[in-house]
Amino acid sequence: MSELLRPLEFEFFRNGLIVATFAGALCGLVGVYVVLKGMSYIGHGLSHAIFGGFAASSLLGINIVLGAGVWGLASALMINAVTRRRLIGADAAIGVITTASFALGLAMFAIFGRAGRSFDAALFGSILGVGTEDVLAIIAVTLLVVTVVFFGYRKLLFTTFDPDVAQASGVKTARVDAMLMAVLALSILATMQVLGVTLVAATLVIPATVARMLTNSFSRMLFSATGIGAFTGFVGMNLSYHLDVQSGPAIVLVGAGLFVLVFTATGIQGRRRTAGFDHHGSAALPQPRRLGRTTA
Amino acid sequence: MRSSNRVLPASEVLVSLEQVTCAYGSTPVLVDVDLAITAHQFTGVVGPSGSGKSTLLKVLLGAIRPVSGSVERSNGLRVGYVPQVEAVDWSFPITVAQCVLMARTHGRVLPWPNRAEQREVAEVLGRLGIDQLADRHIRDLSGGQQQRVFIARALLGRPQLLLMDEPTSGVDVATRHEVLHLLDDLHHDGLAVLLTTHDLNGMAAHLPHLVCLNTRIIGHGAPRDVLTADVLERTYGARMEILEHAGMPVVLDGYESAGNIVTLGRRFDRVTA
Repeated sequence: MSELLRPLEFEFFRNGLIVATFAGALCGLVGVYVVLKGMSYIGHGLSHAIFGGFAASSLLGINIVLGAGVWGLASALMINAVTRRRLIGADAAIGVITTASFALGLAMFAIFGRAGRSFDAALFGSILGVGTEDVLAIIAVTLLVVTVVFFGYRKLLFTTFDPDVAQASGVKTARVDAMLMAVLALSILATMQVLGVTLVAATLVIPATVARMLTNSFSRMLFSATGIGAFTGFVGMNLSYHLDVQSGPAIVLVGAGLFVLVFTATGIQGRRRTAGFDHHGSAALPQPRRLGRTTA
Repeated sequence: MRSSNRVLPASEVLVSLEQVTCAYGSTPVLVDVDLAITAHQFTGVVGPSGSGKSTLLKVLLGAIRPVSGSVERSNGLRVGYVPQVEAVDWSFPITVAQCVLMARTHGRVLPWPNRAEQREVAEVLGRLGIDQLADRHIRDLSGGQQQRVFIARALLGRPQLLLMDEPTSGVDVATRHEVLHLLDDLHHDGLAVLLTTHDLNGMAAHLPHLVCLNTRIIGHGAPRDVLTADVLERTYGARMEILEHAGMPVVLDGYESAGNIVTLGRRFDRVTA
């Protein structure tokens, strides 16, 4: 037991643990919308795009969060615009924009030779170098995103489930989508340090997918995914220390393990629950009649 | 002759379109459409794929602005919209009650419904006979029940006009009957209904008023006046034959009715015989 608690003596580990737990919760929450809107690939691409901004700003000596943030936001809005206009296939557009940005980041590091700890951390996540300002940043972003989801709940839900009808009903869906992309970019940016850009997508997708298998209610899915994300972040970070593995892979593997567990457990129950609902339609209905007689 | 057991006020025009033209890019979808929808009207819009039926619904809803022409709607008009069932993501994690409440995006900001909203949802579900299904997942319903959920969502906004996109597309015969009867009841309660349909015999022929659309309005009126070989040929670009059964028109595909009856698979029969 004391061996398990020993890393808590170190400030860097305490900071890392808080950041990982909040990062997991944040990605879990945002991931619900990402998964239900079928945007998993956008999340994956966006995290890679942000890496380009990270490389550029670290080489130019600009504040990394600011540089990568502006870059990420620009990529997010560009992807959003291309996706909405349906000029070319959305997946192709995302593939081009984000991998080009990622490649640019890699090329810049290769040419200017600044590969090192921060480079690895950006790719795979690292607990080292997580300071108090990172803790404050992730808490601030989490609070901001929770506020956005809380007050935008109804419009976000309608836009996610039924964008055409939402728009027809007066919801400004373009604005809602843009806001969601901005939230996604911000979340990736805030969690990049601990999770790594190559693995952020998994922390967006896994908690939401596990939560979906556990519930049929949207509000419960939001709570479950956030809780599952926090749990995987917390456990993953501890494992990362004890097994001496980078934090990103450790957190993702905990999530993947949970997925396998829930998938296996709900497989039988899920089949039982849906059994008997294949029969659509109702029996013994009266014959059709000519309609509208009484009022026409 | 049609009978009337209710005294109705003079029909108020809810929406009227005058010379409305709509286009996606340079492709016209609706051209010079004149149409007036009055209170208590029950109208079906028929036409081939790509004839502008869905666009017409969106113009009536106010979601699309025409390139030219004018759309006049009565003051404070409330319109309900029911999408095609086939367009719904049935695996989305949402219960019947959550789905119905979804359309309530104005007024209250907090995520959970207040008492008044809970009562309204319960009332509308009760009116459609699905109140006992409030906590069910939307996938775990029959076709008719699924259709009722989306009608309930539209009714929560207390519409005067209900627009439905292909309400019987992809549903079985029993569900189609169920939906027809439900719509007739809603119409009888004073709701104007306008729906699009591909189904000339199963749906359109039962409605009191039809509009034949193929970018332009080809004809409108009672089924008996509109479901004619001439109007249908101009609407669909194919010859059809009209029979009459129990006082209602029955549309036959002209290919078969012209004596070209083909039984497929005969060549294989011959080989094996």
